[in-house]
Amino acid sequence: MGFYADLLQILDSTLRLSTPLLFACLAGLFSERAGIFDIGLEGKMLIAAMASGAVAALTGTVWMGLGAGILASLCLASIHGVASITFRGNQLISGVALNFLASGITVLVAQRLFGQGGRTPPLSGDARFGEIVLPLADTLRPVPVIGPLYADVISGHALLVYVALLCVPLTWWVLFGTRFGLRLRAVGENPAAVDTAGVSVIRMRYTAVMITGILCGFAGAYMATALQAGFGKEMTAGRGYIALAALIFAKWRPWAALSACLLFGFFQALALRPDVVEKVLTVKVPVPALDALPYVLTVLVLAGFVGKAIPPRAGGEAYVKER
Amino acid sequence: MTKLPNWADIVLVPLVSLLFAAIISALVLLAIGQDPVAALNVMVTGALGSPYGWGYTLYYTTSFIFTGLAVTVSFNAKLFNIGGEGQAQMGGLGVALVLLSLPVWPHWTVALVAAALGAAAFGAAWAAIPAYLQAKRGSHIVITTIMFNYIAAAVIVYMLVDVLRPPGQMDPATARFPEGAKLPTLHDVPGLNLIFTREVPANVTLFIALAAAFLVWVLLWRTRLGYQIRAFGQSEPAARYAGIDPVKTIMITMLISGGLAGMMAINNVMGESERLVQNAAEGAGFIGIAVALMGRNHPFGVLLAAFLFGFLYQGGAELGLWTSIPIEMRIVVQGLVILFTGALDVMVRMLLARLFFHKPPPEVAAAASERA
Repeated sequence: MGFYADLLQILDSTLRLSTPLLFACLAGLFSERAGIFDIGLEGKMLIAAMASGAVAALTGTVWMGLGAGILASLCLASIHGVASITFRGNQLISGVALNFLASGITVLVAQRLFGQGGRTPPLSGDARFGEIVLPLADTLRPVPVIGPLYADVISGHALLVYVALLCVPLTWWVLFGTRFGLRLRAVGENPAAVDTAGVSVIRMRYTAVMITGILCGFAGAYMATALQAGFGKEMTAGRGYIALAALIFAKWRPWAALSACLLFGFFQALALRPDVVEKVLTVKVPVPALDALPYVLTVLVLAGFVGKAIPPRAGGEAYVKER
Repeated sequence: MTKLPNWADIVLVPLVSLLFAAIISALVLLAIGQDPVAALNVMVTGALGSPYGWGYTLYYTTSFIFTGLAVTVSFNAKLFNIGGEGQAQMGGLGVALVLLSLPVWPHWTVALVAAALGAAAFGAAWAAIPAYLQAKRGSHIVITTIMFNYIAAAVIVYMLVDVLRPPGQMDPATARFPEGAKLPTLHDVPGLNLIFTREVPANVTLFIALAAAFLVWVLLWRTRLGYQIRAFGQSEPAARYAGIDPVKTIMITMLISGGLAGMMAINNVMGESERLVQNAAEGAGFIGIAVALMGRNHPFGVLLAAFLFGFLYQGGAELGLWTSIPIEMRIVVQGLVILFTGALDVMVRMLLARLFFHKPPPEVAAAASERA
């Protein structure tokens, strides 16, 4: 039973840790499917985390925080849009620049507002997303095996965890079930064809980049107001890049993105419990090895050893309309 | 005349980009209730107002020359090596392993040569895998090098915590490097010690960095290999048609690039901390991107840009020390410089074209975007 309890605990943290990855990964999915590379997921998450942590602390309302996070992330997304769509700049460089900008500006603003060394004050009560107990969780708990799984792993998370999970079918439906989605994907594969059909490539791409901004806003707000109680310097700690890795691992597909994010979240959860890993594998696995696992896996995927990852064909290229 | 004159493209575009970055930085400072003029004063005094400040500014400059050159070499082949940070960290590991392998070093010159080889070899090896994957399997080098930055961080943590940490020591770091491995600082150099009357972190690595910049210029513009690298960067199909082997070019370019990034470690690890600590590169690998963009992918430009960022880093540290402006201000400036010189360069060119020709002919915008 001890092992099962450990497993449940790890699965529980898996779900918590996968959520920001999932938001960011779906965010990247929209942008990259529309042909705009975005390595600035990290920066957008970070600035959203700071904005939501700060506003939630100032207003005492988590919803205001969420809104502020989304707005802040949208600001960076617009800069990325202007640089890479309007001015046809290098999308990768723009992403790198915005990551640095976010990394510095978050500390500057948080320090200016609260003077606590770049942190925001700890959040509590209505300033945070509380845990939601799903119906019947306590009634079902005594049921062997399934009961604790339902009560401890599936139930008892912040609202945004469930929102993130719902975003997966929603993304799938938008991309593959609507006309908008068809056009968005076409813009990423063959923008000239979309243009010929009389649809504005520029507008489609801006829309996609804005959706990316909104979803990164959710990711960052979740970090500061649900996963943790407030913003801390560099708190996203490379999650934007892990999400990017998950996106490649998932070969730019929504359901596969869910699996990839759960897998990478599972690794992060394992890295928190090296004792359990040691018990199961009977050898001591260094924590850094667990930390590095998502990145190593992504390299293997990129190398084509675990299926071939083919990005959207027009990804990274600015569209120049023929005159 | 529909194109910007050459001198404007080379001199004016980076300067105007820099001006934009400076204006926005000033606005950021105003927004957080600080005085930009006072801040600039603190930075200039702290970074350039004393030999001590110069000692730090030149120390940072040295590191940034190496990482800037690393990015420059790869950019010239149109390979975006974003992994300079990981390569510099691994270079540090190379330095540490080499220097700790002997109990005593006979002379610092011997130690320097050995450590430099170790640094370059480790940095190059860390760039080799992404290079191979790009060349042979078409894996996007930007993503693989990002991943390798994180993997490098994990490797360093593992090595420092579980392997290289001397018994009984708490902090994750190697032992101090043995006798005879200490590099002379500028204070120890005859002649220069009249200026640098105290110990400063800037050390003889500065001269190696200057030599490296010259050698990179020779390589890129005066050798057959350099021509191949640049031709490959201009157009891969054309290079292929001219008989340039893409696999070989990618591999060699990235090995040189990684080696240069790794060489940075002789400045910070051997020259300054004299042991390997966690996160020794402190982001210098990333600053290389800004330096290369600002320096227009030319070694001479890299020297100027590296000095600018050296000033920015030392000045930023002084801000953190003497004012209530957080030290992170320098990351903001860094991001802005990358944004304006690397991603919004077309905008800057269009603005300049408007100034030059009053009304921009559409060809300017087209030419500018082709260049980008």
